[in-house]
Amino acid sequence: MISKKKRITWAALPLYLFTILFVVGPMIYMTALSFASNKGGYGVEWTFTLDNYRQIFQPVYLQTFGQSFQLAISSTLIIVLLGYPFGYFMSKLRAKGKSRMMLLIMLPFWVNSLIRLYGWIIILQTKGVLNGILQNLGLIEKPLKLLYSYPAVLLGMVYALLPFMILSVYTSAEKLDWTLIEASRDLGAGKWQTFRYITFKLTFPGLLSGVILSFIPSMGLFFIADILGGNKIVLVGSLIQDQMTRGSNWPFAAALAVVLTILTSLCIYLYSKITHAEELEGM
Amino acid sequence: MKKNTKWSNLYMGLILLFLYLPIFFVILYSFNESRTTAIWGGFSMKWYEELSRDRDLLEALGNSLVLGVASCVTAAVIGTLGAVGLARSHLKTKGMVEYVARLPIMIPEIILGMVFMAFFSLLNLPFGMVTLVIAHTAFCIPYILMNVKTRLVGMDPSLEEAARDLGASSGRAFVDIILPLLMPGVLSGALLAFAMSLDDVVISIFVNGPRLNTLPIKVYTQMKFGVTPEINALCTLMLGATLLVLAIWTIMKKLHR
Amino acid sequence: MGEVLLQLENIKKNFDGTDVLNGIDLSIEKGEFITFLGSSGCGKTTTLRIIAGLETPDEGRVILEGKDVTSLEPNQRNVNTVFQNYALFPHMTVAENVGYGLKIKKTPKQEIKKKVKEMLELVQLEGFEKRKPSELSGGQKQRVAIARALANNPSLLLLDEPLGALDLQLRRTMQHELKHLQKKLGITFVYITHDQEEAINMSDRIVVMNNGFFEQIGTSDEVYNHPKTSYVATFVGNANILHGTIEKVVDGKALVQLCDGKALVDMEAYALEAGDRVTVAVRSENIQVDEDCGCGLYATVMEKTFSGGMLRMILQAKDGTELVASRHGIDARANVGDEICFRWESDHAVFVDVPDCKRGVRK
Repeated sequence: MISKKKRITWAALPLYLFTILFVVGPMIYMTALSFASNKGGYGVEWTFTLDNYRQIFQPVYLQTFGQSFQLAISSTLIIVLLGYPFGYFMSKLRAKGKSRMMLLIMLPFWVNSLIRLYGWIIILQTKGVLNGILQNLGLIEKPLKLLYSYPAVLLGMVYALLPFMILSVYTSAEKLDWTLIEASRDLGAGKWQTFRYITFKLTFPGLLSGVILSFIPSMGLFFIADILGGNKIVLVGSLIQDQMTRGSNWPFAAALAVVLTILTSLCIYLYSKITHAEELEGM
Repeated sequence: MKKNTKWSNLYMGLILLFLYLPIFFVILYSFNESRTTAIWGGFSMKWYEELSRDRDLLEALGNSLVLGVASCVTAAVIGTLGAVGLARSHLKTKGMVEYVARLPIMIPEIILGMVFMAFFSLLNLPFGMVTLVIAHTAFCIPYILMNVKTRLVGMDPSLEEAARDLGASSGRAFVDIILPLLMPGVLSGALLAFAMSLDDVVISIFVNGPRLNTLPIKVYTQMKFGVTPEINALCTLMLGATLLVLAIWTIMKKLHR
Repeated sequence: MGEVLLQLENIKKNFDGTDVLNGIDLSIEKGEFITFLGSSGCGKTTTLRIIAGLETPDEGRVILEGKDVTSLEPNQRNVNTVFQNYALFPHMTVAENVGYGLKIKKTPKQEIKKKVKEMLELVQLEGFEKRKPSELSGGQKQRVAIARALANNPSLLLLDEPLGALDLQLRRTMQHELKHLQKKLGITFVYITHDQEEAINMSDRIVVMNNGFFEQIGTSDEVYNHPKTSYVATFVGNANILHGTIEKVVDGKALVQLCDGKALVDMEAYALEAGDRVTVAVRSENIQVDEDCGCGLYATVMEKTFSGGMLRMILQAKDGTELVASRHGIDARANVGDEICFRWESDHAVFVDVPDCKRGVRK
């Protein structure tokens, strides 16, 4: 019996090795790197310093963090507003409708995400589809400058991350016991009250996981800002990429990454705290 | 109630329109005679012909497919064994390992990319297919792990016991009973992971070699320096292939019943 | 009787600080139908799993056909199990399920086919070879599970509440069939159930378990009519447990002071004497209720219910003891609140929980 247990635990050995070597190892290296100093030209000098962290507090970089957060928060907010009703309505469809809708939501994932962004460029560019339509309708005289702007980046983020919110809300709304809603109505609650006190409360964990799923990536998707924002919008992600390649200041990039990791871990931690509390409240 | 359904259907229709609008234009302009997307030059198949001659682009597609399959298979093996092993183990490190193994899809992709870039140069690993496969395996494992774990949780432990009781060694029971029952989970996890791998640009851009392009990297560079409609054509074909596979799969499933 | 097939010696098992088995001993003979009876959590399933090799005891030995198999893996024992939830492999057909054990043993295909056919005939499932478990009803799944376990020609078949998920009607039929099968094949069955009726109907011997101990081992008659402990009396016979003191012993009968009155109890072989504190068990159907009987005990009718053709009355004796009396048919005479008189025949009452030193020798 003891030998049997041991043998089966061996099955997890590759996983242990892989995670230690290629997840834990790199993470530790990144942390170490963030305390080293830059020697210029990809060189790293191993002297302990906090300079890299101090550098983050320069107004330029603080502004970048601020901009990243602002963009992440606003795109997440829009995603919640658009995605929550969709996931909720979807869960009310009949079985066949559900699986069809699921397919329709998943299908765009199979078109390269960059190409989908490119589709937006076709629509939004100066001589693009939208301007063409507006001009033909006589609503505008000169083409509008839609691309390479903050709203364009926001649109890109919402577009890329909306499906995650929809699926996440749908999964939790799908599990909803509809007799609870009938019970609530039966006990005298109105439609709105029922939604507020029953439906919303019960689908809240799904909403929250959708928020996590859209908030965290939105801080790292530098290519959206790059492609739809031109050089105007600089996000933490773009900054890290820049420091790793052109700027060639790895220790500073590492420090930025450490801060970003801590911030996102904090989000996940808060999420798990809140959802646990919610579950307990529900009991 | 009926009025409500109407409104909700309208709403869902609008959102779907939003999701499919750019895809529609990508497909439309793959048939455009003109090189720029600013002008509609009439229907043409010329970009599909050009595509068939474009060595670079097809090579990038080949690289992406090789990378996707290699990292998915590696992740499927490590992840499936890992999920089974973790479910049985009583070690205290169990939860920790699971958390760490899932980290690659919880932190922003950019961090994973830069961390790998720094780490691989520390190890002196030459950037190329090997580094790409390692990096992609890292973020493919969580999908497999989660999917297999869900299947494991729903699996009746007495099935394995029954196999052992009937004379199977624990290895034999794993191959005969557990693995076939986990397969749907492994497959759906691998499919998701494959899609993610095929789509990844953020991580790949940090760890690909100087001469090695994957499709998304190729598209990304083109988007910065001017896109040729060949890419529209390629994506249209890929979407078509996906739909075809999906259709065949659905028909097979129906025939099987 | 015949030769010993399986011996359990001082088996102890502890799960997370809870003692599940507290040192049990048992020997099972070849060809026997033995049932472990007890409520959930009494340790009966653990005992079965230890015999099967799915658990290892902390202490003690398992001896099968004279060989110590305590540390052997389940696949190294000639013992097969019918699992509670059938545990049929969902991705295999009925034939593949039944032939699995033989396939492991590398039996030639032709032979497996023959054996599978034979086994399915045995459980009356001819022609079901190609079906998947999901296409079977509960009773059919049960039969496949039995056929699968029997295909290996085990020297011992373990059955873990195999009929628990079936409805009453089907359960009765299957009880009959299982018993018939066991007699026909001559294989030793170790059967687990929490249903006393099932145990009494099928078993040669019953082992009543409670809290990881054996309360009593005996034939259906012994366990039902001569329970040794109050647990066995209540669990198997739904008996009333009354406490009292022996006043005197006359003609192999004891006059016991209980419930604010006196009643006669058969002494059997117990060496009890006047002044001993005793516990008496009387099954509810053996309690007779009359308006007045002169020599009986008095009680008030607290509740009267009718179910399954039986009238059940909850009585409260003068000293506050509650007891249940039941009988066939409806009794119009006693109503709730009425004061009545109850009594029993002396050979319908037994002493239980008698300390070892007072046990004596049974005739």
